[in-house]
Amino acid sequence: MGKVINIQPVTRIEGHSRVAITLDDAGNVVDTKVHVQNLRGFEKFCEGRPVEEMPRTVCHICGICPWAHHLAASKAADGCFGVTPPPAAVKLRRLMQNISYVSDKILNFYFLAAPDFVIGPDADYSVRNVVGILHAAPDIAKKVVHMRHLGAQMLEGFAGRAIHPTFSVPGGVSKPMTEDDRGKLLPSAQELLEFAKFSMNFAKENVFPKYMDAIKTLGVIKVGYLGTVRDDGALEFYDGKLRMMKPDGSYEDFAYDQYLEHIGEWVAPWSYQKFPYAKKWGKLDLSLENPVGVYRTNCLSRINVADKMATPLAQAELEEFRAAFGRPAHYTLLYHYARLIELLQAAETVVELLNDPEITSTNIRVPVTAKAGRGVGCVEAPRGTLIHDYECDNDGLITKVNLIVGTTHNNAAINLSVNQAAKESIKAGKYDQGILNRVEMAIRAYDP
Amino acid sequence: MAVNVVEDWLNACSGCEISILNIGDPLVDLLPQLNFLHITPLIDHKLFGQLGEAAAMEVPESVVGIVSGGIRTEEQKHEVQEIRKKTKFLIALGTCACFGGVPAQANMWKNEDVFEKIFRQCPSTESSPNPEDPNVPKWTPACTAIDEVVKVDISIPGCPPHPDWIVDAVTALLEGKTSWSLPERSVCDTCPVIREKKSGGGPVKRWLQNMEFKPEEGLEKMRCINEQGYLCMGTVTLAGCAGKAGVPRCIQARTPCRGCFGPIRKGSQPLVDMLNALSSVGLDPKSILDRRAIMNRYVGGHGNLKPLPARPAR
Repeated sequence: MGKVINIQPVTRIEGHSRVAITLDDAGNVVDTKVHVQNLRGFEKFCEGRPVEEMPRTVCHICGICPWAHHLAASKAADGCFGVTPPPAAVKLRRLMQNISYVSDKILNFYFLAAPDFVIGPDADYSVRNVVGILHAAPDIAKKVVHMRHLGAQMLEGFAGRAIHPTFSVPGGVSKPMTEDDRGKLLPSAQELLEFAKFSMNFAKENVFPKYMDAIKTLGVIKVGYLGTVRDDGALEFYDGKLRMMKPDGSYEDFAYDQYLEHIGEWVAPWSYQKFPYAKKWGKLDLSLENPVGVYRTNCLSRINVADKMATPLAQAELEEFRAAFGRPAHYTLLYHYARLIELLQAAETVVELLNDPEITSTNIRVPVTAKAGRGVGCVEAPRGTLIHDYECDNDGLITKVNLIVGTTHNNAAINLSVNQAAKESIKAGKYDQGILNRVEMAIRAYDP
Repeated sequence: MAVNVVEDWLNACSGCEISILNIGDPLVDLLPQLNFLHITPLIDHKLFGQLGEAAAMEVPESVVGIVSGGIRTEEQKHEVQEIRKKTKFLIALGTCACFGGVPAQANMWKNEDVFEKIFRQCPSTESSPNPEDPNVPKWTPACTAIDEVVKVDISIPGCPPHPDWIVDAVTALLEGKTSWSLPERSVCDTCPVIREKKSGGGPVKRWLQNMEFKPEEGLEKMRCINEQGYLCMGTVTLAGCAGKAGVPRCIQARTPCRGCFGPIRKGSQPLVDMLNALSSVGLDPKSILDRRAIMNRYVGGHGNLKPLPARPAR
């Protein structure tokens, strides 16, 4: 065996992982692995906790997408107690979710991904970052810092907390929105929508055309997709049905509580992160040439499974995207493009919900009593389909928890993309920092 | 002259790092004064060499070391020890680093019970042996705060810490100060609700209904959550979640405090103090379901949560 290149930590991502690339004596790639090195054990330590404490406990799984966990847990808790929140509560949950997703997508595109495209993939690492962007394009950088923070201020101003919220509760939400609240939020929402439009145009003019070669080669794999759609087939973050699409574009829809029939999880001896796979497609096979059971989640996956976007500006962008890349679009770096289309939908949805007369209804929570039950709560987290499955006893104390979170679905696909990128770019022992960064770019597209 | 900073996350959720970004516009002025040598979400600095060829972990020398997250693996333990060796001031950022945080609730079980559940009892998971490989760091016997392993100079608690305090503590160091701490006040000291030192009495109500309040009225017109008969941990929790101005964040959402900033002072007994506080307004604290876990939700390090011989306490 030649040697092992150890990229640790993988940077400009949100989790804890390292990449090991094994070279043979000739310096060619024989194996790659993405090792996820941390495990906290939420599925165990939530046992025994009161169901109503779950939404404010499991949000701590992720400080970047706490609202996704908060809302999936609220939906699972609704299910355990057998209640349906009033329409205004659902609208307020969706409003908070979409505001938080605007911030999340700005964070990923500008802080995490953009240094590779604006400063360049081969630039020295000391400048290939957000500080480098601050020097290279100070006006844009200042705007980005301001806009990402604006979303957090909107969430805090109304719901108290932007990170690790407490607002959503079994049966609804903790407080209604007043006209005064709405009046304060609307101008900020308009500002975010304008920035979303700016970002889409900025990327289409300055980023994607320049990197078309990389888009067509880096980390490219052909696998399946999973995401949530409404009954009319439109892309939806909060509630709908799951759609699992094969690499050829054919698909099957199913209800959230049927997930165990469709998704299994394999455990690798070399990673704390499990490998979900599409059970009905056969035994999981991670070979690059002929992968079996591998599907992806997150934005590219969502815009592939959806028949359409739910808002007009995002829909126009989807049509342009599909005309260029087809459906399903498989190029991995197109995640960045898809993320901006979703940014538009999220920003449009925020404005739409704030203009909805029902958003200020005071009917925001139904009565809840503790009882035994099961609830499968799903939402689309920024990083993919999020499944929270709870069971509780007669006292409403949790007895079982099963979680499959966004990035975990992408584990197999990320491993394949890294394998592809490493094999494409490292040959005969030749590699440098820029080449290793390109391997990481294949990971960053998934925003893990 | 910019000051060299190393920032690292251990058993963390990245909420503390998002809180750094939530400094907002002042961040643009602060950043040039800080030379981040390592911060995983923002800078591509590697701990095993930029070409991945180093045999051992290489942590850069720094003036300020900032660590978020508690310690859950042997590798994280080694990492924080290396940072400590090579920094002048070590900041524990956030409640996980200060007290173990939410993930330290795993300390209520033996490690093997947690692994049994995660890898062999989840319904979607193919029952499998635990991942065991040199690339998968072993769990430490318990999830701990970082001061259980290394000396900490400055603690900024909070889940997440408010950006005001991050700026305040870092600015203090930049100005040449060598210590910083939050004032010893309780959440109640900063909470504007109406308090009459009595409740309706009886058992503590479960949080299955919303608080009583008029939406168009401010918090100063709402009755204290404990006095409405629910558990709110503001009495025993360090103030600061809303930063330098503003009201406690959970209360602003009209929801009870669960203690995310940890105890008001080192060595205090939040559980005992909280039970007394509930008794003093006429509530029966024994009626709280799952009180050991709820009251230690954020502070399970320092031996506060341990496996119990029988089933979990109610």
